[in-house]
Amino acid sequence: MSGVLSMNGARMIVDTLIEEGVEVLFGYPGGAVLPIYDALYERRETITHILTCHEQGAAHAADGYARAARRPGVVLATSGPGATNLVTGIAAAYMDSTPLVALTGNVPLALLGRDSFQEVDIAGVTMPITKYNYIVKSPGEIRASVRDAFAIAQSGRPGPVLVDIPRDIAEAPCGAQREKRHSPCVPVPSEREMDAFARALARARRPVLLIGGGVVADGAGVTAAMLAERLGAPVCATLMGLGALPWDHPLFLGMLGRHGLPEANRAVEACDLLLAIGTRFTERAAEDRRQFAGQAQIFHIDIDPAEVNKNIPADAALCGRAGAVMEGLLARLPAPPREPWGAAFTPFARRAFPEPGTPHALIHTLWRLRTPGMTVVTDVGQHQMWTAQTYGFSRPGELITSGGLGAMGFGLGAAVGVALARPGRRVALVTGDASLHMNMAELATAVALALPISVFVLDNAGLGLVRQLQDEQCGGRRFAVTPGLRTDWVRLAEAMGARGLSLAGQSPERVVREALTTEGPCLTHCPVDPACNA
Amino acid sequence: MTDRFVLSVLVNNQFGVLARIAGLFARRGYNIDALTVAETENPAFSRMTVVVGGDDYVLEQIVKQLMKQVDVRSVERLTQKDAIFRELLLVKVESAPETRQDILALVGLFDARVTDWSEHALTIELTDQPDIITALIDRLRVHPILEICRTGLTAIPRGDAAGVPPVSGA
Ligand SMILES: Cc1ncc(C[n+]2csc(CCOP(=O)(O)OP(=O)(O)O)c2C)c(N)n1
Ligand SMILES: [Mg+2]
Repeated sequence: MSGVLSMNGARMIVDTLIEEGVEVLFGYPGGAVLPIYDALYERRETITHILTCHEQGAAHAADGYARAARRPGVVLATSGPGATNLVTGIAAAYMDSTPLVALTGNVPLALLGRDSFQEVDIAGVTMPITKYNYIVKSPGEIRASVRDAFAIAQSGRPGPVLVDIPRDIAEAPCGAQREKRHSPCVPVPSEREMDAFARALARARRPVLLIGGGVVADGAGVTAAMLAERLGAPVCATLMGLGALPWDHPLFLGMLGRHGLPEANRAVEACDLLLAIGTRFTERAAEDRRQFAGQAQIFHIDIDPAEVNKNIPADAALCGRAGAVMEGLLARLPAPPREPWGAAFTPFARRAFPEPGTPHALIHTLWRLRTPGMTVVTDVGQHQMWTAQTYGFSRPGELITSGGLGAMGFGLGAAVGVALARPGRRVALVTGDASLHMNMAELATAVALALPISVFVLDNAGLGLVRQLQDEQCGGRRFAVTPGLRTDWVRLAEAMGARGLSLAGQSPERVVREALTTEGPCLTHCPVDPACNA
Repeated sequence: MTDRFVLSVLVNNQFGVLARIAGLFARRGYNIDALTVAETENPAFSRMTVVVGGDDYVLEQIVKQLMKQVDVRSVERLTQKDAIFRELLLVKVESAPETRQDILALVGLFDARVTDWSEHALTIELTDQPDIITALIDRLRVHPILEICRTGLTAIPRGDAAGVPPVSGA
C-alpha cells in the first residue's frame, strides 16, 4: 500500500475513536460496516476489536467495560439485524446510566427509507433508550458526530448514544469537518442552596443515608462514608449502590427494598430524614411510595434534575455530581462527628452466617475465597438477589449487574467486557440456569480470548424468581417456569473449550477455590434447592 | 388539580427533533392538546409551542424532561397575561341563499374573513385566541359545518425581549 491513505468516512471514524482514547471496541461485522472494518484493519495495532458471538453480547460487553473502566464503552454493529440485536444492550446501559457509544452501519443514503435489504430505522428504534442519536448524512459531519457522541455519553448523567452511518458516508472521501458542538455541562448547586440543605440536614435526629448508583458512578464511596460518619447515619444502598461503602463499615446495613435486608428496610422506616444520593427510587427500592420512609423528610441529591420529585417527592434537593455535592456538605456540617443513632440495627458486617447448603452460603463461600481485585458480575433473577444480599463488596464497581433493565443474558457479555477493562484480575459471574441459557454463546468468546472468567451457574432447574412471584402472586400456580432442560453444564463448558466443574457432591470450598484459580474461563455447575426464595 | 399549560420550547433545528419531542410526551404519558412547530428567524432553531394538560407534578416533569434533551435550548411557560396566544381556524360551512347573510354577519362580528366561496359553502378564516375561535365555531353550528381545521396554539411573549440567539451566534 502506498504511503498516505486518503481520508474517507470510515478512516475518519476510526481516527476519531483513537483520538477519543478508545483502545478496545466490541462488535460484529456485516455488509454495511465493511468499510469501517477495513479501516479498523489498518489501525489494528492501535485499537483492538473484540468479536463476540452475538451483537447483544457485544453491547453488554461494551457496557461492562464502561462500568469497569469508568469510561465510555464502544460497540459496532452492521445494519438491520446487527443493529436490532444491540437494542437490549443499549437499553440496559440506558437504565443504568452507563456511557456507551454504539456505532451502526446502514444502507447507503439513497436506499434509506426504501425497506432495502437489512435496512432498519435504528435511530427511530433507539430514540427512547438513548440520550441522543444521529444519522450521519454527510461526510463532513462524521468527526463531530462521533466526538459529540462521546461528549454526550459522558456528560452529566451518563448514558448511551448511537451514531448510525450509511455505508456510502463511510466510503466517501471526506474533507473539511464540522466542529464538535456539544460541551458537557453538569449542574452545580448554589452556595445558598448548599447552606440551607446542610443546615436542615444537621437538624435531623435520626438520619439515614441511601446510596444509589450515582455514588458508584462518581467513585464517591469514600466521601459517602465520611458524610455518614459525620451525620452518625446508618447507610443502606440500592442494588446499584452496593460497593460504594465497604461491607465492613460499621454504619453499613446492606441493600434495601423488595429483596433487601430487613435491617436496611427497618432503618428507612424509622428514620426522620432520608438523605438519598444518586438514586431514582425505583419501585424495587421504594415499593410503596406512600409508606416509604413514612416518618422521614426526603433529602435528595442527584446529577439529573429530572429525578427530583419524579418518583418520591423531595423536601429538599441538590443537583450536581454526588462527590462534589457531598464534599460541599461536609465542609458545612459541624465538624465533630455525631454519635450514631442506629445502634439497634445490626450492621452488615455482623449479619448472621448463612445456613450451610443454601445458595446464600455458596455466595458467602465465593466471597470468602475472592481473589484480590476480583469483580462480581451477575445475571438477573434470584441468584442476583442472593449475591446482592450476601456478598460483602468493598469498592465501587466491584459488583456489575443489570439493575434498571434487569436483562437476563447480561452476565457473560458484561463479564467479557469487565475482564478486558481489568486485565490480570478475575471476574466471577454469578448466573442462573435460565439466564445462562439465553446468551451462553459468549463463553466461546471468553475462551477465544482466554479471559479469567469463573462462571458459577446457580442451577435451580428453572426461572426461580418468576416461580417465586407465581407462588406469591398467582396462588402458587406455577407455569412456564420449569423448562425441563437437561443441559449438562460441565460437558457444555468443556465442549466450548472452557473448564467444567461441578459442586454436586463436592465440598463447595474446594471446588470454588479451584474455579477461582483456573487460569482461563471456567464454568462451575452449582445445583441449588429449587424451593429457595430470594 | 389538572390544568392546561402553554410551553414555548426553543429547539435545534435538527433532523428528527419533532419525533424526539413528540415521542418523549407519548412515552411518559403526557397529554398534548396541541403542538405547533416552525423555523425561527434564525434557521438553526425551531420554535415549538406545546399545549399540555396536567397538574403541577406533570408540568414539573415535562419541563425537566424537555430540559434534558440535547436539542432543547430553552423551555418557557407562557400565560395569557405575559404572552400573545393565537390560533388559526379554517372552517367550511354549508350555506344556502337564505342563510348566507347570517353567516356573513357572524364573520363580521368576529372580524373573520371569507376565504373561499362556492355555490353551497363558505370557507371562513379567523386568527384569534383559542376561546374566541371556539366561540365562533359554536355560533356557526346552527349551519351544517362541513369541515374544521384548527392549527393549534402558537404564542409569543409580550415586550421587547428577543427569544432566539442571533444568526451569527449559532
Ligand atoms: C430478558 C429477560 N426476560 C425475562 C425476564 C423475567 N425474569 C426475571 S428473573 C427470571 C428467571 C431467571 O432465571 P435464572 O436465570 O435461572 O435465575 P434464578 O431466578 O433461577 O436464580 C425471569 C424469566 C428478565 N428479567 N429478562
Ligand atoms: Mg434458575
